[in-house]
Amino acid sequence: MSRPTLVTLMVFGLASSATPPMLPAQMAPIRVPATVDTLPNGLRLIIHQDRSAPVATVNVWYHVGSGSEKPGRTGFAHLFEHLMFMGSEHAPYPEFDRRLEAAGANNNGSTTEDRTNYYEAGPANALPLMLWLEADRMGYLLPTMDAAKVDAQRDIVKNERRQSYENQPYGMVGDHMPRMLYPASHPYSWTVIGSMADLSAASLDDVKQFFREYYAPNNAVISVAGDVDPAEVRRLVREYFGHLPRGPEIVKPTPVRPAMTRDTALVLEDRVGLARLYYVFPAVKAWDRDDAALNVAAYVLTGARNARLTKRLVYEEQLVSNVSAFNGSLNLAGDFQLVATAKPGGALPAIQRVIDEELRRLATEGPTERELQQARNALEASFLSGIERVQSKADQLNSYYFELGVPDGFQRDLDRYRSVSAAQVQAAARQYLTGARVVVSVVPQGKLELAATAREVTP
Amino acid sequence: MNRRDLIGLAIFACVAVLTAADATAQVTTPPAMTPAPSLTLPTTWRATLPNGVTIVGADMREVPLVRATLSIAGGGRLDGDRPGIASMTADLLDEGAGGRDAIGLAEDVAFLGASLGTGAGWDAITLSLTAPRRTFDDAMTILARVALQPTFARADVQRQQDLRLASIIQQRDQPAAVASQVFNREVFGRGHPYHAQLGGDSTSIAGLDSTALRTFWNRAADPRRATLIITGAITQREAVALATRLLGDWRAPANALAITPAGAIPAPNRGTTRVVLVDKPGAAQSVINIGAPGVDRSSPDYAAILLMNTILGGSFSARLNDILREQKGFSYGANSGYSWRPVPGPFLASSAVRTDVTDSSLAIFFEQFKRIRDEVVLADELERARSYSVLGALGNYETTGQVAGQLATALSFGMTLEQVPAELAAIQKLTAADVQRAARQHLDPARLTVVVVGDLSKIRAGIEALRLGPVTIVTP
Repeated sequence: MSRPTLVTLMVFGLASSATPPMLPAQMAPIRVPATVDTLPNGLRLIIHQDRSAPVATVNVWYHVGSGSEKPGRTGFAHLFEHLMFMGSEHAPYPEFDRRLEAAGANNNGSTTEDRTNYYEAGPANALPLMLWLEADRMGYLLPTMDAAKVDAQRDIVKNERRQSYENQPYGMVGDHMPRMLYPASHPYSWTVIGSMADLSAASLDDVKQFFREYYAPNNAVISVAGDVDPAEVRRLVREYFGHLPRGPEIVKPTPVRPAMTRDTALVLEDRVGLARLYYVFPAVKAWDRDDAALNVAAYVLTGARNARLTKRLVYEEQLVSNVSAFNGSLNLAGDFQLVATAKPGGALPAIQRVIDEELRRLATEGPTERELQQARNALEASFLSGIERVQSKADQLNSYYFELGVPDGFQRDLDRYRSVSAAQVQAAARQYLTGARVVVSVVPQGKLELAATAREVTP
Repeated sequence: MNRRDLIGLAIFACVAVLTAADATAQVTTPPAMTPAPSLTLPTTWRATLPNGVTIVGADMREVPLVRATLSIAGGGRLDGDRPGIASMTADLLDEGAGGRDAIGLAEDVAFLGASLGTGAGWDAITLSLTAPRRTFDDAMTILARVALQPTFARADVQRQQDLRLASIIQQRDQPAAVASQVFNREVFGRGHPYHAQLGGDSTSIAGLDSTALRTFWNRAADPRRATLIITGAITQREAVALATRLLGDWRAPANALAITPAGAIPAPNRGTTRVVLVDKPGAAQSVINIGAPGVDRSSPDYAAILLMNTILGGSFSARLNDILREQKGFSYGANSGYSWRPVPGPFLASSAVRTDVTDSSLAIFFEQFKRIRDEVVLADELERARSYSVLGALGNYETTGQVAGQLATALSFGMTLEQVPAELAAIQKLTAADVQRAARQHLDPARLTVVVVGDLSKIRAGIEALRLGPVTIVTP
């Protein structure tokens, strides 16, 4: 598949023996060939054939997440995801899980701010069953839906919330963060899991309405990957999904996010042994022109042991037990997050000073060429691990289709990192990582003196 | 791009025609299942270096990536009275080696687009590497340097000790981690390796220094106990040549640490059922761990135990999850499993449940342990569990990481992948009576250890009223 090019050989030839060789500037293109078909009812079908193992996967994205929820019904998209496993007219509960297990297949679903996905993965011969089950719940979820099922899954989701938030050290930060970052009118101002009160308020009528609005073929994309015959996949999808009626056209929310002009600070006491600092800056949407530069910035700050913050805070000054940066870019907006956990007894202001200094330095000097190349090499290699398994390929094809309108966006994604320059990373750091931010300190109970300080920024 | 659009259009036309004919057809019955594909195992090869290093590999070409796992048998079993020494030693390997410090090594590795990790398990210290094929040889050079020339500089040891002590403090905040720690301590008595924690405790970690770690590694790093697993886009010839060049000069230590044979390890606690509580005031949930010492992998009942557990708590529709989550809504999930290790790990059933239903949840666990012994499983449960186990294995050999993991597991039990089909066939033949026999033989509700981490002011009385056994309260 990959033949070394002249460029490759030259780069290797130039590398001195003292340093490890540079990666070839041109690694073989990453291609995950996929077709897209659209049924008359608006359902889109992505197919990627990979015969390397006798397995197949079906991955369905509905283009609805907590970002489409209304205030007072937060957490509903995720609660609805749970209800999709509660049986449909021709596969009543609990047939969905049982039939798939009997076929040797796994399944699950997940909800984000932007989308809800469902997948089945298993032996290739289970493909018709996987597709049929997805079709039945896309078309016939409501005939067997009732208030008892809503109540049951509501309880389970509340348990999920307890497990991931209330009973999790530092867990409540996730509950506070969205409303510190977004105005109440913005759907990213609440968590995907929702509030306990709103979960309690969700009704059977809400379920019916949500299903009719969002769970229609024209709001769904099916990605099929694995040891499959594309013609047969098309035939099955037409047979099972072809007659499902198109739903209403969906108006995507276009909320406004005003610029943050001053720091917002919050101090939480928690049953934790070590203080932790969260620094979050409003940043950019996925695929914004600065998105890749900010991913590189995150890598340069904490992506490896020699990354700037890791090196200083963990290795040199030894102020933290852990530090990580993450550029979280979503469909409507994004945020750049830094999290640093102190050493036992350690206070947050000292950590904060180092973070501020390093962010300023990145914004004024940018990364070195070598730092940039390391980030590229590491990010590029992570693409290879991502295409080993049909399950992850099917989901990524759906993700690219959602964001770019084409499923095989791997190379285009990679090219963003190839072309990003040190100057772009510096400019992105200056624009996004030096202004107002949200500062959350979590301190052990009774140790408020360990908290970070807020700083006022004049716009 | 253009070609895809054209194909799309052609199909679209075809779709339009066909759907016109079936526009109202609704498929109301599930499709009939065609025969499942058969398991295709990757072709593996095996070689041995003159110094005793075993090399096992699988040539997998789908993605230009190679994964190498160097395991040196021993791991936490070598800890003795210094819990965590294997784990700390493993931690230090890539914090400085062959004249490069931690930062330099990390830079070298990342620059190659590789990732290198080191760690200790209960049975081995493992170094694992993933790299694009074209930089793999260089990345392997770093792995070999880390394995054969680690520095154990005093400053590095002190830093990693501090970090480990911090992480031990953090674990105390995690109810699930606390439950697991107390569970292992209670089930496996003093002198058993699993009594202590793999990562050590604050006293044992504080007591280590660079001399202790260096001496430990010099005696543990024995090529005769080493296995190198290489999976991915590399031929046997290339892999063996590389391993010979990089690991060929590795000499066996004169005074290798002895690995206590599994049979010489003190028997774990098989006493009557008792309850151990840990207070977590204000907890929103109670974390429940129930279990007992497990079973040897070579047991003739292995397949029957696997199947029994799949029905009890080893899948989504298994009884424990079905009742505690789906029917009762007490939990986000409940499961059970056996830790198959050369020295048998525990059988463990666990869940995090709402505080006010802690006692009811415990009662359900015990009802289900009793039921799977007293009643034969239903025919559809049996059939489903068999297919789930046997057909589910088809997806275990897709990636270089999965194949490396399967090879490592097989090797740790002295087995080969070629034995997998026979084991799956054995599962396929099991009957409901076999499952019941396995439950009766290996899951005794009268000999279990129950650990609950939660708000004792709210749950203690309810738990005591269940009269499961004597109740003690411990601090983690």
